[in-house]
Amino acid sequence: MASEQGGLDPIHQFEIKTLFPMEFFGIDASFTNSTLYMVLAVGLSAAFLIFSMRGRALVPGRWQSVAEMMYEFIANLVRQILGSEGMKFFPLVFTLFIFVLFCNVIGLLPTDLFGIIPVPHAFTVTSHIIITFALAMLVMTVVVGYGFFKHGFGFLKLFIPDVPVVLLPILVPIEVISFLSRPISLSLRLFANMLAGHVAMKVFAGFIISLGSLGTLGVLATVMPFAIGVALTALEFLVAFLQAFVFATLTCIYLRDAMHPSH
Amino acid sequence: MEVEAARFIGAGIACLGMGGAGIGLGLIFGNYLAGALRNPSAAPGQFTNLLLGFALTEALGIFSLVIAFLALYG
Repeated sequence: MASEQGGLDPIHQFEIKTLFPMEFFGIDASFTNSTLYMVLAVGLSAAFLIFSMRGRALVPGRWQSVAEMMYEFIANLVRQILGSEGMKFFPLVFTLFIFVLFCNVIGLLPTDLFGIIPVPHAFTVTSHIIITFALAMLVMTVVVGYGFFKHGFGFLKLFIPDVPVVLLPILVPIEVISFLSRPISLSLRLFANMLAGHVAMKVFAGFIISLGSLGTLGVLATVMPFAIGVALTALEFLVAFLQAFVFATLTCIYLRDAMHPSH
Repeated sequence: MEVEAARFIGAGIACLGMGGAGIGLGLIFGNYLAGALRNPSAAPGQFTNLLLGFALTEALGIFSLVIAFLALYG
């Protein structure tokens, strides 16, 4: 059904294409457009931060201000939620935030890298659940690992809320299930927002084309889906930032559980 | 019933869940505005909490949209 619509298929943009086939020990490790945009996100973020901080001026210029704003934003977040002793997790949270933010924003640019690389359109890395799930599992591994490392089996107090003993048989399973569903909800939130946003933009862009083929009246009516498309693009930039922020915030909240497991 | 028809009906039903997210977002922004009008000086400090609540609530509505897409294209 989806393939009948051809170029108007809103799911087509998420297709993974192999650019350079590679194989290691029978595992398909090809360089795909997803890999390309991940490399691009890492490269651009590193280049941006290194370039803007090259002067290390006491009074920051424009570039340095932006880099310092991003740093301060996440540093304040970590300090608020984890306290100053939690600043050892700042590199992790900042890296996750920057990576997710750059992946989201690069995916929004309607370019094909200026025609240099034969990829039909920008690819949103975070619109694939395997990527976001891997990021979420990284966070949960750090949480569980640090919790057991710091508190030993005292970390399991996380699952025992401060309530009368009679209620424990009901509440402990609920706490365990809610803990186990965290990586799923963390990854699904980011993935679903990116997927739904890009599909919605593509659907409204498709309306323009199908209305345009209906004659003069149709061409005049294309103003409406075009206006909605512009508004959606603006909203998507907000969502791209917000979801990176939410991912960083929830990472901090889960790390707080690892640092202070008893409620 | 034809599978194709059932797909479209299922996608439509799945989208009903977005109504809940709509109610939730209305409550969040309405209450933020009400609080901000009562105490405007405290409002900027709660703006990040507003955005966090917005993103968390909106995600739940989008989950149902994803189910709808799965029903349509999956």
